Amino acid sequence: MVEYRIDRHSGVATYVQIVQQTKQALRLGLLEPGDRLPTAREVVEATAINPNTVLKAYRELEREGLVEARRGLGTFVRRSLGTAPADSPLRTELEAWAERARTAGLERDDVAALFTAVLDKHFQGDPS
Amino acid sequence: MSSDAALRADALGKRFGRRGGWALRDCSFRLPAGRVCAVVGPNGAGKSTLLALAAGLTAPTEGSVTVLGTTPAAARPRVGFVAQDKPLYPQLTIAETLRMGADLNPEHWDAAVAEQVVTGGGLDPKARIRSLSGGQRTRVALALAVGKRPELLLLDEPMADLDPLARHELMGTLMAQAAQYGTTIVMSSHVVAELEDSCDHLLLVGGGRIRLSGEIDELLAAHLRVTGAADAGGLDAATVVESRVTGRQLTALVRPAGPLPGDWRTSAPSLEELILAHLRNPGAPALHEESAA
Repeated sequence: MVEYRIDRHSGVATYVQIVQQTKQALRLGLLEPGDRLPTAREVVEATAINPNTVLKAYRELEREGLVEARRGLGTFVRRSLGTAPADSPLRTELEAWAERARTAGLERDDVAALFTAVLDKHFQGDPS
Repeated sequence: MSSDAALRADALGKRFGRRGGWALRDCSFRLPAGRVCAVVGPNGAGKSTLLALAAGLTAPTEGSVTVLGTTPAAARPRVGFVAQDKPLYPQLTIAETLRMGADLNPEHWDAAVAEQVVTGGGLDPKARIRSLSGGQRTRVALALAVGKRPELLLLDEPMADLDPLARHELMGTLMAQAAQYGTTIVMSSHVVAELEDSCDHLLLVGGGRIRLSGEIDELLAAHLRVTGAADAGGLDAATVVESRVTGRQLTALVRPAGPLPGDWRTSAPSLEELILAHLRNPGAPALHEESAA
């Protein structure tokens, strides 16, 4: 089960934050096919956001084929995203790289900028 | 007109005393059922008058207000109302107050949610109402209104005397009611940020009139914040809500009628910018984006 964290000052629309956090959980393997997403009631009770915002996010995830709403039962994950679960070899390599970057004296922002630049070079034109 | 409006006003007006000024005038809007509506406006704008009219506590001087398809008096059993001064019986205990709520609403009293609201604040059920702080009284008043499991909740400044933690918790409880039962919620505040994430509908009241009404997304989409050269021109086609010139630059909030000429930089306004621009410019025309749904 995922727990959504809404950042009011991020400038990102609230429903987009829910979509992004769900996808993040799918990429990291924290959500797997068959898992149930929290109900709109559960999300709004914890976050105090408008119920329609949650429904809008779930509709967007459904439109992308990632989840499906089953009447009276809830919203369930249909497929997972990406091929980099939390414990993959790629992640281990990245962990080691980040560790080396830190040891080399790079700051968080430096590392983020470097990573983004490499990402942009290799995934140019791909949808984000 | 469609019958699925939870609240509807037609040319609604209220004047206090024969010689008094109009607290509210020419108000026409329609709030579809199931919405969470923010009633926003400065102090003395007419927010409390509007809610009191909807709750049937006071009668209109002119025009009419329709609540859940009927008169405010006939709708009262299906409406929960929390007035700004949170009237409760000071000599009763919290437990007695909740029992009174149960007795008054025998068909549909939700004891679990009423108790959840009260115990969430760590209140002792044996405490008398007169011994409670303002925020604690708010909790009890909200427990009574929510426990009634109404179809329409009218809340006048519900969050004003609550601490941030209680505010978040109780707003969560209200949203859960809306999610589970489709409760229509109307709540007033003069703090926009407090309501922004929880509401999907807006009534902006200023100077006794409705300045903006409709779905927040649609109201935002109808406006643009533009900046450009002060002598650029080309804003004639749009309704200018507010504009300011600083040196050679012009900044404005507009309602475009069509595409603007390319030499304007545009961005989407925030809800707060939209509301403040309208309140600073009482002469700007009102906008009613009543959805057809």
